[in-house]
Amino acid sequence: MTGARVGASPRRVGGAERVTGGQRYVADIHIPGELHVKLVTLPVARARIGAIDTSAAERVPGVRLIVTAADLPQPVPRFGPQFEDRPVLAVGETKYHGEPVAAVAADTRDAAEEAAGLVRVEHEELPAVFTLAAALDPAAPLVQDPALRPGDPLAGTNVLRVHRVGWGDVDAAAADLVVERRYAFPIVTHFAIEPHACLAAPDGDGIAVWSTIQHPNWLQRILAKLLGLPLAKVRVHAPDPGGGFGGKQHAKYEPLVALMALRADRPVRLVLTLEETFQAVRRAAAEVTVRTGLRADGTLAFQDVAADYLIGAYADIADRVVGKGSYVGAGPYRMPAARIVARSVLSHTVPSTAFRGFGNPQVNWAVESNLDEAALALGIDRLEIRLRNLARKGEAFIPWDTPADGDWAEATRRAADRIGWGTPAAPGRGRGIAVGIKSGPTTGLSYSTVRLLADGSVIVFAGTSDMGQGARTVFAQVAGDELGAPLDAVTVVMGDTAVVPYDQQTSASRSTVLMGNSVLAACREVQAKVRAMAARVHGVDEAAITVEHGVVRLPGRELPIRDVVAAGLGRLGGEVVGNGEMRKDADPGHPLQGAPAFFEFNCTAIEAAVDEETGDVTIVRHVTVSDVGKAINPLQVRMQDEGAAIQGLGHTLMEHYIYDLRGRVRNLGAIDYRIPTSMDLPLELHSEAVENADGPGPYGSKGMSEGALLCVAPAVAAAVRDACGAVIRDLPLSPERVWRALRERDAARAGREDAR
Amino acid sequence: MSPAIPIALTVNGRSRTLDVAPHHTLLEVLRDDLALTGTKECCLVGECGACTVRLDGRIVDSCLVLAVEADGGEVTTIEGLAPEGGLTRLQGAFLDKGAVQCGFCIPGQVMAADDLLRRSPHPTVAEVEEGMAGNLCRCGCYAQITEAILAAAEEGGR
Repeated sequence: MTGARVGASPRRVGGAERVTGGQRYVADIHIPGELHVKLVTLPVARARIGAIDTSAAERVPGVRLIVTAADLPQPVPRFGPQFEDRPVLAVGETKYHGEPVAAVAADTRDAAEEAAGLVRVEHEELPAVFTLAAALDPAAPLVQDPALRPGDPLAGTNVLRVHRVGWGDVDAAAADLVVERRYAFPIVTHFAIEPHACLAAPDGDGIAVWSTIQHPNWLQRILAKLLGLPLAKVRVHAPDPGGGFGGKQHAKYEPLVALMALRADRPVRLVLTLEETFQAVRRAAAEVTVRTGLRADGTLAFQDVAADYLIGAYADIADRVVGKGSYVGAGPYRMPAARIVARSVLSHTVPSTAFRGFGNPQVNWAVESNLDEAALALGIDRLEIRLRNLARKGEAFIPWDTPADGDWAEATRRAADRIGWGTPAAPGRGRGIAVGIKSGPTTGLSYSTVRLLADGSVIVFAGTSDMGQGARTVFAQVAGDELGAPLDAVTVVMGDTAVVPYDQQTSASRSTVLMGNSVLAACREVQAKVRAMAARVHGVDEAAITVEHGVVRLPGRELPIRDVVAAGLGRLGGEVVGNGEMRKDADPGHPLQGAPAFFEFNCTAIEAAVDEETGDVTIVRHVTVSDVGKAINPLQVRMQDEGAAIQGLGHTLMEHYIYDLRGRVRNLGAIDYRIPTSMDLPLELHSEAVENADGPGPYGSKGMSEGALLCVAPAVAAAVRDACGAVIRDLPLSPERVWRALRERDAARAGREDAR
Repeated sequence: MSPAIPIALTVNGRSRTLDVAPHHTLLEVLRDDLALTGTKECCLVGECGACTVRLDGRIVDSCLVLAVEADGGEVTTIEGLAPEGGLTRLQGAFLDKGAVQCGFCIPGQVMAADDLLRRSPHPTVAEVEEGMAGNLCRCGCYAQITEAILAAAEEGGR
């Protein structure tokens, strides 16, 4: 062992830049001659767009370009990762509060802002739908033009798609108890501290784009098609995003900015405000009705889930979120029969998109809460009912799919143990426990290149976006370990489609597994070449040589790789290059078009205290245990796990969009939309990883960045109920909502007294 | 557009004179006029703390300070905290304790933590959590940030 080590927690690669201010994010990059863009929006949600008068705006000194839909190629190009339904600028009507109808480019940000405020847009507000009930009303106005879905029987409704999955016969399943409840999950937003930004500049006979995007290659494809350019003429630079959480996966305003740069023949930049970012990305709200059937001993008989997700005005990736997020809606349990029906419901609201957990937190909130209802009704301990039903490792809990790929009961028992389950809680406190799974990536394609240089240092080319999860460090550890280079002699190059080989995307907690395997394969190729080199240099049969962990073992002696390479390359220098490919092809017969590469399993246990006067919830202890297979970097694993837990506390306790009756978001920005601060933490936060090296990634690793978010809401709500008897089925558990639930509890108790 | 106003600042020990628009904030001047992009822009309403800098011996949200208000002032940004090429003990502790994920909030966090340790060299956990409450971290590194600050204090200060 000579190099970086897998299983250690070195300082983050790229960390020094991040603590000294040297890290360059997109908004920190300036191109000489650049113009500043400001979007023009309307103060309403849905409106017919009339005449647009730009004359006053044009008179602002420094204004160089104003574009409306009429100035774009006709018909106005539409794009999207799943459906090509989003126009570059609003066409004919706006469909949500914040949708741009025009854009101004000027020499300065001041001029662009002033001019944007002077663009006069005649408009007439139109009837619109902002809730599931309104959108599903047969008389509701349609969000999407039916012409965009020719031949689709749902085109005359606001239901974009219905996803059905199931097995067994739910209607015939025998159950001693059936519990049916409805649960609601609010609209929340990513609130990455880095607002979205992009720059575009004409680049010879093509275009160069800098974006906060998580998927540079996907953006390249979208732009190439939209602009009619070869892929090789669209160069996407993707500096490390300042937080993504799914919100930066897919193109939003990059097509507009690219078209403006080409039209102005100058570099153009757009940096959104936080408020504009709120109007660009958010998580789908959901209403989930769960019917759970059980035997008297607590054995699950069936799960019947109907989930309606409120997606936005354009599909983005939201329908995939609905389909994939609801797919494991029966939970990580042995389940004789299941029926899951999930609908993507369009509305005149901000387009929803991927957000850590990808549609699973909504359903898991409902399903786990309902299981608690059943346990209470049956008089069975809430931990016991889960342990009794959890799928055992290797069990096909979804009959046709990847079997349970971890010791889920072990993770659950550990969480229960750490919270002190079975011991009495202090007066006024209560406990809750919940489990959850999320499907890993169903397809994937990650190429990488690893170059071992003449002095033993290493360059890794990997198209993952390091948005905080620490992918650079993981790949550097893998390559350094395999090739014997210390961490400070490994460089990881990412984020430039002209330089770095193709990677499908950075999402679904895939990168350690898929790109990690690709990097490992590239290292294996380098090792094979080093082996051949050692055989040649030392006159030994290749079969007698092994290369691993940076060491070349020859008969009777060991040499560091770098010594073999230095000798083998000789006076001309050079390098040893390996290429990696990790491909997970689609399976058209699978409901998700591919079996998950792994499941993220988490168990969260909570101890909470409730202030009965104010409804304020204090998380006394928060335990999260995730099955990670193998922690390549244990500190980063803990950071991801705790980060997901704290994001989960956000939607559990405080976060939600407030729409007014006209579909305008009333709490845009940091003052009125609160996310957890250092004062909102659990008094104790404890994260643990189960490591049985049973994952498909390098050294048995699994993806793990989302699991700890799945179970926070049901575990907290259960702890609140356990502490004070308040029953809440709508998130968030804000003080007001808890306070009202306490009053309802008191009224119910009084009613029982009266009835006596 | 109102005429520009000349101001003088000492930024990271260096005297700077420049003409600024009367409505421009210290944040805009640092980032746009002086190319000190380590100070970050996020909420622009003084809630997130990403734009935290030191002005005349106290930390401020530079998005809430007009540049003309800072005239004659002494400003330290994240770029001016450590000697060239090095890290302060606090910055090192942030890395050792795993307090840095995406990094976007980190310049503000480090500036706020640096100030906290100047005011309170041996803070309690509660003092750290209260003192850092004005700096949002969506990656959720709060526990690690607290650990880093306490570790730096333990090892001799910022």
